[in-house]
Amino acid sequence: MTEPTPGSGGLHELASEPNWKNAPHPVLSVDAAGVVAHANDVARLMLPVRPGEPLTEPRWLARAHAEAANGPVRGVAGARIFEACRTAADSGGHTVWWLSDVTEAQRLADRLAVERARALVLREASNELLSSLNLERCMEVTARLAARHLADAALVIMPKFGRRHPVTYCGPDGVAVREYLAVDTAALPGLAEALRGFPPVPSRWIDPAAAPGWVARRELGEAGAIVVIALPGHGVPAGALVLVRRRASCGFDDDGPGPAEDLEPAGGGGGFTEDEEAFARLFAARAGAAISAAGLYAEQASITDTLMRELLPPKTQRLDGVELAARYRPSGSRERIGGDFYDLHPAAEPEGEALVVLGDVCGKGLEAAVLTGKIRNTLQAVLPMADDHQRVLGILNEVLLNTDTTRYVTLALASVRRQGPQVWLRLTSAGHPPPLIIRVGGEVEAAATRGSLIGALDKVTSVTDTVVLEPGDTCLLYTDGITEARGGPLGEELFGEARLRRELAGCGGMPPEAVVERVHMLASQWAGAGFHDDMATIAITAPRRVHLSAVGGHGRGRFTA
Amino acid sequence: MNGTEQGAGPHAGMNDLVERLWDASSAGDEYAAADAALAALDGGVDPEVFLLDVVAPVQARVGVEWAANRITVAQEHTATAINERVIGALAHHDAVRARRPADGAAARRATVACIDGEWHAMPARILSEVLRLRGWHVDYLGAQVPTPHLIAHLHQTGPEVVALSSSIITRLPTAHATITACQATGTPVLVGGAAYGGDGAYATLLGADAWASNGRAAAERLSGGQLSAPVPVHETIDDLPHLTDQEYTYVARTAPELVRFTLDGLEERFPDMAGYTDQQRRHTAEDIAFIVEFLGTALYLDEAEAFSGFLLWTAGILVARGVPAHSLLPALDLLDERLADFPRSRAILTHAHEVLRKSEVPGDGPAA
Repeated sequence: MTEPTPGSGGLHELASEPNWKNAPHPVLSVDAAGVVAHANDVARLMLPVRPGEPLTEPRWLARAHAEAANGPVRGVAGARIFEACRTAADSGGHTVWWLSDVTEAQRLADRLAVERARALVLREASNELLSSLNLERCMEVTARLAARHLADAALVIMPKFGRRHPVTYCGPDGVAVREYLAVDTAALPGLAEALRGFPPVPSRWIDPAAAPGWVARRELGEAGAIVVIALPGHGVPAGALVLVRRRASCGFDDDGPGPAEDLEPAGGGGGFTEDEEAFARLFAARAGAAISAAGLYAEQASITDTLMRELLPPKTQRLDGVELAARYRPSGSRERIGGDFYDLHPAAEPEGEALVVLGDVCGKGLEAAVLTGKIRNTLQAVLPMADDHQRVLGILNEVLLNTDTTRYVTLALASVRRQGPQVWLRLTSAGHPPPLIIRVGGEVEAAATRGSLIGALDKVTSVTDTVVLEPGDTCLLYTDGITEARGGPLGEELFGEARLRRELAGCGGMPPEAVVERVHMLASQWAGAGFHDDMATIAITAPRRVHLSAVGGHGRGRFTA
Repeated sequence: MNGTEQGAGPHAGMNDLVERLWDASSAGDEYAAADAALAALDGGVDPEVFLLDVVAPVQARVGVEWAANRITVAQEHTATAINERVIGALAHHDAVRARRPADGAAARRATVACIDGEWHAMPARILSEVLRLRGWHVDYLGAQVPTPHLIAHLHQTGPEVVALSSSIITRLPTAHATITACQATGTPVLVGGAAYGGDGAYATLLGADAWASNGRAAAERLSGGQLSAPVPVHETIDDLPHLTDQEYTYVARTAPELVRFTLDGLEERFPDMAGYTDQQRRHTAEDIAFIVEFLGTALYLDEAEAFSGFLLWTAGILVARGVPAHSLLPALDLLDERLADFPRSRAILTHAHEVLRKSEVPGDGPAA
């Protein structure tokens, strides 16, 4: 049944009934003047069109008609979404528009796009978060991703550290900023709870207008919605994530739903949908795990650092009138604490002897570090007896035997005293490779010292050698990581003492830094990609001429590489 | 960098300083070297200019002079040690101390290191000092830093950027792994050093975030602005898909066997080698090991020029030491024979063979 056509449209009356009258989809024909000629029942039911009246609504269809758009167009009519296709104008200048209801397809497509985008966000979050063990970087990544994908601005707030909260803020510009804020977390409902691990406070309880200024920042204008989410840690909350949306983002775009370009809502009267909050929690779970792992790592690393600092050689490398250089190369393995250590005790009085110690503790890691600390403390305590190396080693042996560890240590002791242009050395090796003396002319000799290793036998014996360094001569102490480096051009060959001595023959008269550098370079090259243990060397050199300048020994040794 | 340019401009007057420092450091005279440096600063030379236009060229000259056999290895190390001491001495000069930022001032933070196996620390040291002069907080980790230690450091300190120096092209596979590992922590990587080629082509190939041809360029690049964060998930094979053919892996893993095969082959072809001293034999083995290492690197980069370039350089060194360059050819032939099933290796060897023959300096007999 067609309604009677009002007005002057005689032509419309004459037009024959279209054969699509009973089509199950909305169909309408529009004449060249933009007036609706016919509309079938479904069209009149679902669209605000009336035959004989100009096509003005829905606007998107009117626009498509006026612009003679090709291809399907989409738009809203009532609560439904339609896709409209046109047929070419017939001889009478009538264009027929065929519409189909794509509400459901569009909903599914939107949903799929949202899910895809979310999967992408989670993947990006996992990639970025898992790759860093740095706490600040994890907070930055979290804030940046949240601001980009979940809201207009995001804050990551850590539990109080001292009197302030570490906070990372990221606004719409995508730049994450680290801050330390002395703020009252109770001012934002749900925040104090999230930081203490209580169940989440529904976001509808949060009044964006009442949010403190450090949360709803001025650059955002008026805040439309705020949500607080706990960042779950390992048993304890790692912190909290606060998402802020502008009021503008919460508004309604009436020009029809576009494809889901973003995860932000296309409507809903402001705020985060339940679905969005659930997704934000999913994101927060990953971020929280990464942040707490980084926190744990930082804690462990600071323990290692404390130990390392304890183990580092003293910074000063200056001994009265003697040049000294030390170098350490940890093995390539993951252990950050090696088994080699060195120590330097300057002389108590001007003409006295300084003591240089190079040691190699069996094992690595924490246990080796503890043992090293013990050895160094003991040596420090028995320093007044250092004129008798055998006695020092005997006491150290007893101390180590009395600890419940089966670990032992090899040591090289060098008592160093300047005498005119010469340097006098008393050298004792306890299970250690004997020190090598490189004369200025290139002759290389081993010090005549040997002794048992420390911490394994009830009694230790040792022989001390006295060596005089003339100006330009160098004494090299080294750990067996050098000589036991395996490799070479044919592979699997030991670097060995013979090769070391041969190479040192070319090092006569070199400054001590150059000697240790040369030795390390050769041993590392020899080992190539192969395994090597920690390598430590100390070179003690009698200056080639009397010190007149204040320059000597400024260069800090790089014992820790 | 070239600090020995003639003429006006900021480099004028630097020539004398370069000569003075070179004379002092190559003679191992620390005091003369430090005096020259401190006098230059006293005279108003900017510390940064001194580092970049005096110390750096002197250090570059150390390598050149060694390659030309004009100084010994011992002198090379000694000169380097003296230059290090000079930098240490500069740190105490008022002109340098005045540039230090006040305590607690927020500084941009960088880590500067040499990759594992890289012992030429001077370029990294100079960059560190220049960045410090520009107010950066620099963690200078020195030469030969094992990658796990470097990564642990990055996790702990979270620097804005890590600058890695490599002078030796054979370390590029290691450098690549290190670059990728640093990037995986979210830290962008700037690379520099002779290993990356004059135009930095290898830096691009290995996926570095930035490249600088010298210390000044590196400092400028870093001062210019923050490098953008690297792509987090990224494997070395993504950069170099040709590695799937396993030729690099084979050559790198069986290097000692290849050296042994080549050495035996040479002894068979040249009975004179039976009369070699242990020392000569060792040197021959070392030379062959270098050739194999460079072949591996060329396979890694898929760059035949990386290999032929090395051979030309080696030939130059050999000639400087009185050994004819064509003594390298039989070793190439033997490797070609051994690697008959490896098309990329053979192409690289063939290319090098041609390049070497074209540059041939007349001479006779095998030698090492």
